[in-house]
Amino acid sequence: MTGFQTLFYKEVLRFWKVATQTVTAPIMTAMLYLLIFGHVLQDRVQVYPGVQYTGFLVPGLVMMSVLQNAFANSSSSLIQSKISGNLVFVLLTPLSHWEVFGGYVLAAVVRGLVVGAGVFLVTAWFGHLSFAAPWWIAIFALLGAAILGTMGLLAGIWAEKFDQLAAFQNFLIVPLTFLAGVFYSIHSLPPFWQTVSHFNPFFYMIDGFRYGFFGQSDIDPVISLVIVAVFFIVLVTLVLRLLKSGYKLRSGTY
Amino acid sequence: MLALQINHVAKRYQSLQALGGVSLSIEEGEFFGLLGPNGAGKTTLISIVAGLNRADAGSVAIHGHDVVSDYRAARARLGVVPQELVFDPFFSVRETLRMQSGYFGLKNNDRWIDEVMDNLDLSSKADTNMRALSGGMKRRVLVAQALVHRPPVVVLDEPTAGVDVELRRTLWKFIGRLNREGHTIVLTTHYLEEAQALCNRIAMLKLGKIVALDSTDALIKRISGSQLVLCLKQGGLPDSLRALVTHSEELFSGRKYTLRVNDCNDVEPILSLLRRSGAVIDDMQLQQADLEDVFVQIMGVAQ
Repeated sequence: MTGFQTLFYKEVLRFWKVATQTVTAPIMTAMLYLLIFGHVLQDRVQVYPGVQYTGFLVPGLVMMSVLQNAFANSSSSLIQSKISGNLVFVLLTPLSHWEVFGGYVLAAVVRGLVVGAGVFLVTAWFGHLSFAAPWWIAIFALLGAAILGTMGLLAGIWAEKFDQLAAFQNFLIVPLTFLAGVFYSIHSLPPFWQTVSHFNPFFYMIDGFRYGFFGQSDIDPVISLVIVAVFFIVLVTLVLRLLKSGYKLRSGTY
Repeated sequence: MLALQINHVAKRYQSLQALGGVSLSIEEGEFFGLLGPNGAGKTTLISIVAGLNRADAGSVAIHGHDVVSDYRAARARLGVVPQELVFDPFFSVRETLRMQSGYFGLKNNDRWIDEVMDNLDLSSKADTNMRALSGGMKRRVLVAQALVHRPPVVVLDEPTAGVDVELRRTLWKFIGRLNREGHTIVLTTHYLEEAQALCNRIAMLKLGKIVALDSTDALIKRISGSQLVLCLKQGGLPDSLRALVTHSEELFSGRKYTLRVNDCNDVEPILSLLRRSGAVIDDMQLQQADLEDVFVQIMGVAQ
């Protein structure tokens, strides 16, 4: 195995060894959301013609799980290694900043997709889903997971203690996912909040992903893809620069 | 070829000058000691060599490869045993070593991994999770991780701090073997007798500057002569001997004097002077100067 493959393998093994916490628990949480919101809103809300609320909710929950778990993987792994000091074993090796980036982000994508697939398997029974454009499903799931994996790396690099990482997660990642149209279509919002939602990059990920199922969305999926891709490129450039400079990672003694 | 070349390396943390232009060349195959009190800059220097920190000025090369511009080649040739007892709680000893080996791009390295584990008495713990190991065993794994890619240059940062006798012996036996096979060893330690026994050359660091750099033998010879320790239970030291006293202290019964002498030929005249003055000797020792005396003297002068 090359250095990059080893880091990727190690990162996957790390979450897989504690799969109850990293895979099963988020699937359970998503299922609870579906049971509660589905039960309360099933007969009261119809977002798209011909699509029941539970059916609308399933792709949103799947994508929310993909995003949150991709973020959790890279951010918690990096901050744990930083605080316990074992990051030194990676920093002492010839791994380049590209390889470190690739290893962490790819493993985050795997965790996001594994949890997403799990959520889909247990929730799909409740909604009548179609697969209008499966390629869009795959593209948005992959890009979304990669973006959140990269954001997790960014948070892990920046945070110096668990408290700061929790702030990043609770005050940025959670509101951005919850307010991105997981539980509603933004067309149901007042005009002001619709405008605000258009500044949330997570909204385009979830909307594009949902298009893959229903062939209907709030925004043209091509536009969503362009916005999401540009956001990804900006993030990758930033994180690679930080990794290359050694910002907060190569700035002390071990 | 030089195993390690350090050129005018300087590092500052806010108002603290951690390293003030350190230059050092270490030849291939040396067993080199880097000594100094806490806060002298040893770990900062090692961190810069290992790429864990960047120097404000100066450069470092490992086997001719710059640690910044050619870091891949430099790090492939370096193994570092960190001072802190760090480990990844998710994995067993074997998994830890396989992964460390993989980071260096080595495939099918199990034979060497087994040999390293065997030499460090780790084989029985190969499948034990890192969390379940004692402190001493974790320290062994740290050493094994640093050696897993057979680096030609090995840096050990206080590897025996708080370590039992058995591990110390196992460690020095294995490190000694690697040194004989051509590996360059750089050691920092607070145990000066260890440095004296193992290192062929020593640099002493104080407040970020090298204050002594010489072969271990030459350093010890800097303190010429020996020390005569006398405990007198009756009478005092004659005035003619007062000039030789380096230290004196009150004992429960009598007084203890430490006198500077050149060799054992100086002892008899001192004893005869004492006899004539009526002093009665309770105890007497002739001590050779060692690295600790040199260290204390150099650190004192460099204040």
